[in-house]
Amino acid sequence: MRYVPITADDRREMLAAIGRDSVEDLFSDIPLAVRERFHPLGLPSRSESEVASYVKRLAAENEASPLVPFLGGGIYDHYIPSVVSHVISRSEFSTAYTPYQPEISQGTLTAMFEFQTLISELTGMDIANASLYDGATALAEAALMAERVRGRGRVAVARSLFEHLRRVLGTYAWGAGIELIDVPFSSSGRLDPSGLPDDISALIVQTPNALGIVERLDGLKERIGDALLVVSAYPLALGLLEPPGAFGADVVVGEGQSLGLPMAYGGPLLGLFASRREYVRQLPGRIAGRTVDADGAVGYVMAAQTREQHIRRGRATSNICTNSALCALAATVYLASVGGEGLRAIADRNVARAHELADRLVETGRFEPAFGGPFFNEFVLRTSDDPNDLRLRLAGAGLLVAAPDDLTRLGVDRALRIAVTEKRTDEEFDRFVEVVKGGSV
Amino acid sequence: MKTIFERSRADGPTDIVTGAIDAVRPAAWIEEDLLRGEAPRIPTVSEPVVVRHYTELSKANFGVDDGLYPLGSCTMKYNPKINEVLAELPGFAELHPLVDPSLAQGALRLLAELSEHLAGIAGLPAVSLQPVAGAHGELTGLLLFRRHFEARGETSRTRILLPDSAHGTNPASASVAGFTVDEIPSDDRGMVDVEALRSTLDETVAGIMLTVPNTLGIFEERILEITEAVHAAGGLCYFDGANLNAFLGRARPGDMGADVFHFNLHKTLSTPHGGGGPGAGPIAVAGGLEAYLPVPRIVRVENGFDLEWDRPRSIGSVQSFYGNVLVAVKAFAYLLRLGDDGLREAGEIAVLNANYLQARLKETFQLPYGGLCKHEFVLSAKGLPSEITALDVAKRLIDLGIHPPTVYFPLIVREALMIEPTETETKESLDRFVDAMRQIADEAESDPDLLRSAPHVAPVRRLDQTRAARDPVLTYDLKAPRGT
Amino acid sequence: MSYPAEYRYTKDHEWVRVDGNRARVGITDHAQSELGDIVFVELPAVGTDVSKGDNVGAIESVKAVGDVLAPLAGKIVEVNDDLESAPETINESPHTEGWILVLEIADPSQIDALLDAAAYEDFISKG
Repeated sequence: MRYVPITADDRREMLAAIGRDSVEDLFSDIPLAVRERFHPLGLPSRSESEVASYVKRLAAENEASPLVPFLGGGIYDHYIPSVVSHVISRSEFSTAYTPYQPEISQGTLTAMFEFQTLISELTGMDIANASLYDGATALAEAALMAERVRGRGRVAVARSLFEHLRRVLGTYAWGAGIELIDVPFSSSGRLDPSGLPDDISALIVQTPNALGIVERLDGLKERIGDALLVVSAYPLALGLLEPPGAFGADVVVGEGQSLGLPMAYGGPLLGLFASRREYVRQLPGRIAGRTVDADGAVGYVMAAQTREQHIRRGRATSNICTNSALCALAATVYLASVGGEGLRAIADRNVARAHELADRLVETGRFEPAFGGPFFNEFVLRTSDDPNDLRLRLAGAGLLVAAPDDLTRLGVDRALRIAVTEKRTDEEFDRFVEVVKGGSV
Repeated sequence: MKTIFERSRADGPTDIVTGAIDAVRPAAWIEEDLLRGEAPRIPTVSEPVVVRHYTELSKANFGVDDGLYPLGSCTMKYNPKINEVLAELPGFAELHPLVDPSLAQGALRLLAELSEHLAGIAGLPAVSLQPVAGAHGELTGLLLFRRHFEARGETSRTRILLPDSAHGTNPASASVAGFTVDEIPSDDRGMVDVEALRSTLDETVAGIMLTVPNTLGIFEERILEITEAVHAAGGLCYFDGANLNAFLGRARPGDMGADVFHFNLHKTLSTPHGGGGPGAGPIAVAGGLEAYLPVPRIVRVENGFDLEWDRPRSIGSVQSFYGNVLVAVKAFAYLLRLGDDGLREAGEIAVLNANYLQARLKETFQLPYGGLCKHEFVLSAKGLPSEITALDVAKRLIDLGIHPPTVYFPLIVREALMIEPTETETKESLDRFVDAMRQIADEAESDPDLLRSAPHVAPVRRLDQTRAARDPVLTYDLKAPRGT
Repeated sequence: MSYPAEYRYTKDHEWVRVDGNRARVGITDHAQSELGDIVFVELPAVGTDVSKGDNVGAIESVKAVGDVLAPLAGKIVEVNDDLESAPETINESPHTEGWILVLEIADPSQIDALLDAAAYEDFISKG
């Protein structure tokens, strides 16, 4: 019996209590015509050991996983403190459901409240929700919210968004009947704020952007009238960067994977959504609020539930129900473990190491910076070599660099985008430089 | 409950991730006015304190591993631990999504095989694993509807029909997808009123969204008539798969007339709920809709698997990459473990357990829709002495060590208690639930105030929801001096 | 609570107090009791022209949202701003201090279609 503890004796007793002769009788309400069309999968049942053996073999077939990732594009190879997986594997957290019964969900709800506080602080905003699916759908939800609030049918979008963000935004915008208008970048790699379209519900900017460049957000809010300024930000970078809230952002979204989550071949991820207080009733998704119990003790509940689908149904602020709760808990534990000063130190290390590698690569004479603007931990270098050939040679040495497609799409040719985190070692840098110089490793 | 912000602080910075502070500061490379003057105001807390804090929080929670969790339409079945082990393998966890597909063949094979198995369960040929929740699958499916009608020039089809017992995500997803929603009433047996459905079908209907069995736990006897009627009127049929546990191994939505079907891997296929996610909501679709599925598609090629991006009729993407891969790993392991026999057994016992509870509780509580149920059923607390409500019953169950069932849903039953035991409970556990419910019914007569002031033995007493809603406090004030 | 005889009522559980060419509108005691503790009221903008049956606002409780529908066609000339800071007034005093809006009646003949107190009480007793 796999996970089913009912015995043959139990069955007999239960059928007697129900007043039926066989379990088959219990399915007589499914039309015979439907039952007759059924086909099994042709899958035998297997022991746990056999299943483990097969799946482990599949895991081993992912040749990239032990190699060194200089890949970024929104997902980064950061160090995950051991405390994080320890906490999220506690089954009181992982096997619990959405906290609809708050009295026995104070663990989940308190952690949600902490998460909201941490994300609000990092982004410089008043409030944050308890997570959305990922950074891409969080961005899409921000556009939808701006449209609900301003209703102009048009949203301006920086061209320098990661490709996957732009694609998901495009799908949701089509669904909502919103026109997206591209805003180009200049030679610095930064958004070109001259000629911003008017009559828009929002302006969307990413920082650091898809070119690795840290955007200047000051002055943007003033240029867009009463449209919402929506910023998609790299949360770890917010450990050292002045947050978008300080520059008048209305909504800040982001991908929380860099806060204690594995790369996981792209999922599960963690959508961050923070905004100014005035939008609290428009906020999508779950949010925890503080209250007291019958004895006056502090406790937490799901707040403003009337925005959500289970009450507002067709007029909810979003259709989201299940979100990324356990991933939000991981991020909460990550931030609690490293602390604010620790986070800034990690961000510092990322910047320093990225600049070290960039300098060494430029020194080889085979690279030059593609843009004049400053970068955080990801940078774009133009190369005199064929970027695809270089990628292959690097892979041969166990070093992974992203395909240049994202860059070519943005009109940046013969270039590579390279990400460096605090995990990259001097030995890995040496290897990288060796391959570039054409030496054998 | 204290927050981490109220715990003892330590001197920083921590050095879990980095060692000594770097000598060169970022102001050398990034304009000073773009840098924070001070570090974020997140307190520094030492590791032993962090562990004690979150361990204490976990004890103020209740998961499936703690006891019976009969939440209707959530399928809180046991989450096998081998799934967790396999999802944590570095081969999956440490794989960046942008590596060349040739270097991720294991993951792509797993996702492709899972897709094939899900197609087999659904009886529908094409699957996308990209949606990461049921509601997400719903939105994706409805966007396929739109693309389908766009391609046929049928711009008048703007209405989605759904029963009045539908889960809230259904009309919400329909709205987000750009449709208007019309409710079909349920008849006096709790099923879709087919005549009412027929009378509203016309060329403005894009389709119907159905949960099968419905949220009362009742199977639509006339399901084939319903889907045929919608198809005859030129519409499509979306099936919400939240209740798939009811007919695993016995029936397939594709055979009932579904054009799109979503799975909730975190319900039927045993992946953990995580306190509200992450889940996964893959969709299976009829052949005619395959061209519109999100990109990239995972495809078999000559020497393995690849990601296919060149699909001009696709709706685009609904998630950053390929869906919740680690969740897919867990569901995959579960399917391999169970096989056909195990799937059939799971559905069978889920239905047996639910009917057993219904038979034993219908003397004590009102059962608005009697007869055979599937894997869940709905009682009403109406008629309990002293005007005791479903909420009171729920709160008192907490005292008795059982997670409450879903309350106040579906909306068509007043004081609803939606009960789904799942197949992973012992008979002893089920009998204890019956005893607890009977005890509460007795207490409604003998000591109603005890119920109204429940819970008594939870980490907190009954919480004031009104206060939280009137002037929401949504963050801890990090600026204020500690202790305020 | 009794239902004032001089008011008229709708099947959407709203009351209407006609005063010359103006109508003051609120929700009935039955409605506030069904909703539970009210936590937020979304009011329409003064100056809006509405048709009978138009959705002009919403009343949120902890567990539900009730729509505010225009019981008559007209122009909204006043809204009860006090409800922003004290939404619970609707629970405490639904027929008087908990009023929601005042509109200038466009079509007085629509008043006849509204229920009187007896008819409304009859309606809710059957519900």
